Amino acid sequence: MTLWMPKTAAGKRWLGLAPSYIVIGIFMLIPMVIMGVFSFLEPNPYGGVMPEGSVAAYVKLFFEYDLEDNLVFNPGYINIIYRSFQLSIGATLLCLAFGFPVAYYITLQPEHKRNFYIFLITIPFWTNLLIRTFAWIIILGRGGVIEMPLLAAGIIEDSLRMMYTDGAIAIGLTYSYLPLMVLPIYASLEKLDFRLLEAATDLYANRLEVMTRVVIPLCKPGIIAGCILVFIPCLGAFIAPNLLGGGKKLMLGSLVQFQFASARNWPFGAALSMLLLAVVVVVLIFYARAAKKQAAIAGEG
Amino acid sequence: MSDQENVRSASNKGKKVLPVGHYRGLGAWTVFFFVFLYLPIVVLVFYSFNSNRTVMNWGGFGIDWYLKAFENDGIQTAVWNTLIVATVATIFATAIATIGALVLARGGNFRGKTVSLGLITLPLMVPEIVTAVAVLIFFSAIGLNLGLGNVIIAHITFCIPFAFMPIRARLEGMDTSMEQAARDLYASEWEAFRYITVPLLMPGIVAGAMLSFVISMDDFIITLMVGGAGSTTLPVYIYSMIRRGLTPEINAVCTILLFVSIAIVTAYWIVSKKSETKTVH
Repeated sequence: MTLWMPKTAAGKRWLGLAPSYIVIGIFMLIPMVIMGVFSFLEPNPYGGVMPEGSVAAYVKLFFEYDLEDNLVFNPGYINIIYRSFQLSIGATLLCLAFGFPVAYYITLQPEHKRNFYIFLITIPFWTNLLIRTFAWIIILGRGGVIEMPLLAAGIIEDSLRMMYTDGAIAIGLTYSYLPLMVLPIYASLEKLDFRLLEAATDLYANRLEVMTRVVIPLCKPGIIAGCILVFIPCLGAFIAPNLLGGGKKLMLGSLVQFQFASARNWPFGAALSMLLLAVVVVVLIFYARAAKKQAAIAGEG
Repeated sequence: MSDQENVRSASNKGKKVLPVGHYRGLGAWTVFFFVFLYLPIVVLVFYSFNSNRTVMNWGGFGIDWYLKAFENDGIQTAVWNTLIVATVATIFATAIATIGALVLARGGNFRGKTVSLGLITLPLMVPEIVTAVAVLIFFSAIGLNLGLGNVIIAHITFCIPFAFMPIRARLEGMDTSMEQAARDLYASEWEAFRYITVPLLMPGIVAGAMLSFVISMDDFIITLMVGGAGSTTLPVYIYSMIRRGLTPEINAVCTILLFVSIAIVTAYWIVSKKSETKTVH
């Protein structure tokens, strides 16, 4: 037992951390570096890459070659990226509008009830995303749960065609990541001192002012964390756009998958992944700054 | 608070006044929220008992599709693959996360602590599709082709942070007085660890293992990208079924998978609740 154990505390420390470093380092960090390298190589038409440097993958984001081999601007991919941002921001705002009052309501409940509500919110989160999204096909689809009674009652005559629309994708994304919005907001609301609300009321603040000038500013860290936790997976979503958007309404995540599964343009897929990763890094830096600022304010107060 | 309420309700006779911080309609909104959250699950389970050939047209109650799903060879193979991957990934991820958490929670402040924490939680921050692509490229670049082994390696990697979090939380809530007492009574460092720390930490380890099992069992996108032809797991198989056409058989399989996840998460909740009440004493 003691033979191979390092003698110093630092040695033991690094021995304990070594497995984590080895596994995540080799199978996550190094692969991301290789992905970055691949995005600067030539595609092999049979999948994989050719060992020749090229920025073609990044050029492809903006331009295409026309019949005379001239580079012309191609808005196709930019539009998909733009749509992904639009849908992700839309879904994030929907989650916030839908989730915030619920998080607040739970905070007002006695403790044993609160824990149970939180448990109910986390259950869907731990069940399979694919299955939960599939359920929406049955709800929104032609002759599905929403249409069936309306058709039977004669209120509508034809299908409402709710599937394969941006709205269906937005609903799917909102549904997928809603718990990730409620939980951090609840975590910060739980720490809220309710005497402050009474103080504000005593100082003639009305209900709306109590909410907008006391509650919301104080749980801002939770709101920001929730928005980030929802926005990042939305941007890389694959299941909702594929099942509810029918694969025609592409988003970034499904476009990436398409490059590897069907289009066989690995460098372009890698370049798109690098773009996604860059957005995540920017968002996290923004978050770290906001958290630092908040900590500084809390420190002063 | 209650005095204040009384004064207020006295001033507007008859009209019920909400206490400070309460808003009208919050309860109704919350009910609507839970309906939205659970309606798809209820619909899915309900239609799995449809005996018709198509999902949307109700053809009477029946468990025909469950029987059909049990006989389906593709599903059986997929279930085995899923169980093998989830079990192996959970064992490795939990072991790695436990020693990592011990160092990070008990090792004091040291250089590289923040970096280590960042590295362990890295799989949580990177979008899944990016992880999938990176791992796929890596395996193809080094020419590693172990079939199910590739899937298992990928799963171990992204399960580590899920196993890590409850174990670390448990360690941080545990005080060290018991271990110190054992050391004072001439237990060796190893004995104190084996007979005091490990049993106290066990609820955290069990919770971490459950979470990583559920996460591995439910993973779809990474397995879809990394897994080859012979390493189809249940979610990947369900995806291929959905693409072929909707039958209540999909609902039947989904319902089973759903209830396995819910059972594990409920068990996790009970375990972590029990460990909470124990720590109080």
